[in-house]
Amino acid sequence: MSARNFIRNVLPPIVPAVVVTAATELAVRQGWVPSFLVPAPSSVVASLFHDWPELWGATFNTANASLVGFAMSAVIGSLIAIALSSAAWVQRAFYPYAVFFQTVPIIAIAPLLVIWFGWDRTVVASAFIVSIFPVIANTLTGLLSTDPALRDLFRLYDAKRLATLLKLRLPFALPHVMTGLRIAAGLAVIGAIVGEFITGSGIGGSIMVSRQQNRVDKVFAGLLLASLLGIVLFTLINLISRLALRHWHASEAET
Amino acid sequence: MQLDPTAAPLSGISVDLGGIKRVFPGPVIAIDSIDLQIVPGEFVAILGPSGCGKSTLLRIIAGLDKPDSGSIQAGSDGTAHRHIGYVFQDAYLLPWRNALNNVGLPLELIGVPRAERLAAAAKAIERVGLADASRRYPAELSGGMRMRVSLARALVTNPSLLLLDEPFAALDEITRQELDEHLHQLWYDRRMTVIFVTHSIIEATFLAQRAVVLTRRPARVILDYKLDLPEQRIAALRTDAHFAQQMGVLFEGLKRGEGKQG
Repeated sequence: MSARNFIRNVLPPIVPAVVVTAATELAVRQGWVPSFLVPAPSSVVASLFHDWPELWGATFNTANASLVGFAMSAVIGSLIAIALSSAAWVQRAFYPYAVFFQTVPIIAIAPLLVIWFGWDRTVVASAFIVSIFPVIANTLTGLLSTDPALRDLFRLYDAKRLATLLKLRLPFALPHVMTGLRIAAGLAVIGAIVGEFITGSGIGGSIMVSRQQNRVDKVFAGLLLASLLGIVLFTLINLISRLALRHWHASEAET
Repeated sequence: MQLDPTAAPLSGISVDLGGIKRVFPGPVIAIDSIDLQIVPGEFVAILGPSGCGKSTLLRIIAGLDKPDSGSIQAGSDGTAHRHIGYVFQDAYLLPWRNALNNVGLPLELIGVPRAERLAAAAKAIERVGLADASRRYPAELSGGMRMRVSLARALVTNPSLLLLDEPFAALDEITRQELDEHLHQLWYDRRMTVIFVTHSIIEATFLAQRAVVLTRRPARVILDYKLDLPEQRIAALRTDAHFAQQMGVLFEGLKRGEGKQG
């Protein structure tokens, strides 16, 4: 990385973080803000080290559940989108329910999930439910936007439905699919943590317990790890997207 | 089925249109009773103002659209879906495939084995002068090169009927003339039946043995003219006085077609 590149791209987002962190540290140390409301950044870092074995275990659990829930969303969501795109009447009949499903507040049905799926699977189920809709919606948009001329080309050679799906409609939808997955990745982490508020496991569980113990520093440490997890997932999807689309799509063109 | 594009010329098929009529919701009569008999190996230009229904007519011949009344017969057995090559107004390549795999697509769709397919695609791409670019992706090709790939894709199945819908309209004049000359040579060597839709009089005159001029909506045949030019066309012909005179005949036809409006 050149120095120029560093100054242009890496430095700008670091500056606000440093300023805000320093200001918070100062405010707490001077007693302007009580430390039971906002912890000093240094105490959050201390908690990260001190509580590491516990936090690491929690993060691992949350990461695991988020990934499984996200993978299920990616696969099942794409399959649902393919089914919905197969005929106009299928879409008319079922798509409203997909939309309705999305508006159900996850926090309200999380207790139900425990009854239906048991404690172990609630977190994954929650991550899955929260993250599936963007996959369905974006993949469906992509599948329905195939260029008519290209559809004609496939018709001209009497292409089978499956061949048209695999060689034309799905690849054509890929940029949309990637957008859906990017949104779903962040939501899967949120869904997992909401599930953990109920089950008491993972980062969500750790945050709940820390709050009850007035350990605001540890709550923030958990928040930090949850965000990091979301960022890692998001970056991973971006990387995959770049590899898959680098040859052809303007959004990923090498500059 | 013969797949080698460099193989001995195939003769074209005949196309018979009887009383074709097409009405779009509105209702807009796009095409009103067109009769057209095209003999095997003929190069026909269909000329008309923009939006006159030329493309619709071509789609009907390709079997991509159905007329509201009238009959179409392509080839003696009337089938021949797979013997049709079609070039769209734009290149319409699959951006995630390189040039070679784009050209091979039709063969893939009709189930030709991989080795045979790649060999035929390589030959087709060579014939349009793009052998060096066969590994490049559409985003890495110029507009003219993309159109050449599109042409190679239409030719890879060795079609006996080639349909082109204003294929070079988006290209600059020099590239367009080059491609016109190239297309002419391909036809001259192989003698498939070609139906070339265009709104350019110079392009129609240069390429076609016969020009059919359509009126503005609804499309009807107002002029069906056998061009009085040598069968083989060379670039220098465009500046020939007789060429200009032949263009004049088509221009008169177009003007008369416009006059029928309203």
